[in-house]
Amino acid sequence: MIRVALPEHLRTLARVTDDVQLDVPPPVTRARLLDALEARFPVLEGTIRDHQTRERRPFLRFFACERDLTHESADRELPDAVVDGREPYLVVGAMAGG
Amino acid sequence: MSRVRVLVGTRKGAFILGADGARRDWSVSGPHFAGWELYHLKASPVDPDRIYASQSSGWFGQLIQRSSDGGVTWEPVGNKFAYDGMPGTHQWYDGTPHPWEFKRVWHLEPSLSDPDTVYAGVEDAALFKSTDGGLNWSELSGLRGHGSGSHWQPGAGGMCLHTILLDPVTPGRLYLAISAAGAFRSDDDGHTWKPITKGLKSKGIPVETAEVGHCVHRIAMHASRPDTLFMQKHWDVMRSDDAGESWVEVSGNLPSDFGFPIDVHAHEPETIYVVPIKSDSEHYPPEGKLRVYRSRTGGHEWEALTKGLPQQDCYVNVLRDAMAVDQLDSCGIYVGTTGGQVYASSDAGDTWSAIVRDLPPVLSVEVQTLA
Repeated sequence: MIRVALPEHLRTLARVTDDVQLDVPPPVTRARLLDALEARFPVLEGTIRDHQTRERRPFLRFFACERDLTHESADRELPDAVVDGREPYLVVGAMAGG
Repeated sequence: MSRVRVLVGTRKGAFILGADGARRDWSVSGPHFAGWELYHLKASPVDPDRIYASQSSGWFGQLIQRSSDGGVTWEPVGNKFAYDGMPGTHQWYDGTPHPWEFKRVWHLEPSLSDPDTVYAGVEDAALFKSTDGGLNWSELSGLRGHGSGSHWQPGAGGMCLHTILLDPVTPGRLYLAISAAGAFRSDDDGHTWKPITKGLKSKGIPVETAEVGHCVHRIAMHASRPDTLFMQKHWDVMRSDDAGESWVEVSGNLPSDFGFPIDVHAHEPETIYVVPIKSDSEHYPPEGKLRVYRSRTGGHEWEALTKGLPQQDCYVNVLRDAMAVDQLDSCGIYVGTTGGQVYASSDAGDTWSAIVRDLPPVLSVEVQTLA
């Protein structure tokens, strides 16, 4: 099972309190992971990627295994440690402040 | 005894304020949707427990929330606002063509007759409609495609459709306003539109009397006289007595005719309210005094309402959707500020008090009068 860590506001929308466990058939890519996430939690449609373009919303980042995977292709396979559930896939709201 | 429920949208959540008809003791519920921008909340006039809310965030985009129990519980409904067909371009700030891009919902206007029908005014400017309680949204694209859309240009706050008025008398008639395209009217349920800007004059656009390009900030109507419209423009307070076919300026003796909201007394269709702001670059009250101005003559002659409002060192703004009136016999007026106060008057503006004082910046205020 793949573990997805959502930012607090998306956890609230999805009504979960911890990492989300997803079963994603291989090949496990970001696009397929997000498809599975949105299928399980339709309220998240449009909150991580745009409805029409399917592009990442500009202020969201994707981290895993201490790497920034944000700018990798959505169709590239995710690291083995994410696929086998050893490491979570992190959806992160970009830092903002002032 | 009647009650009032005040729906307050802020930069960091929604708040619901409640009081009995005396309007002295207030309860505060919230924040709902903590941390999100709530541009607007509005209830159905035919089902007061049905409330729609526009929830958005720079990180996570747009959601629409719906309550069926007066704001106690909420459920997210549809958030897919897809422009009809190829959206084309409007003008960007530098005059170049820029693709139409959905950003957020500024205003929600529930139908006068059906609690499941609601209109949404969005940025980039377009009008959407749902007939299933907000689950699905369709663009009424006759507005964007009526001919002048490619010439519309955003104001500093974005190219937002922020005002939707539903005519309670003439079937199929709607009005709307867009910054900075102007005002429009439809007589066929929103399928086709015409600019209603004759008489408007705006400095800062190439042709001061152009058909489109005026930065209309807000339009208000009294239900008993829907052909009479009042407008707060970027500069100038205007009125029309022919359903927007022509406008005349009624700024009269206001200390500044720049401002954002305008509203009409619940029972006196010639009594109107504005909040003058110093200028387009200094978005705070003249002289640091927060004054609501009232005209009992439909404009031209205005009186300052100050009792209970801060009269020194006050540098807040009142945004376009942040003034509302209740329907009680002694009409209540409500004003929300960017400083987080909501001021209320239960005597048509003669005296005021803060019913809540330290909210996040207030984006919108709506009032329900409940049996």
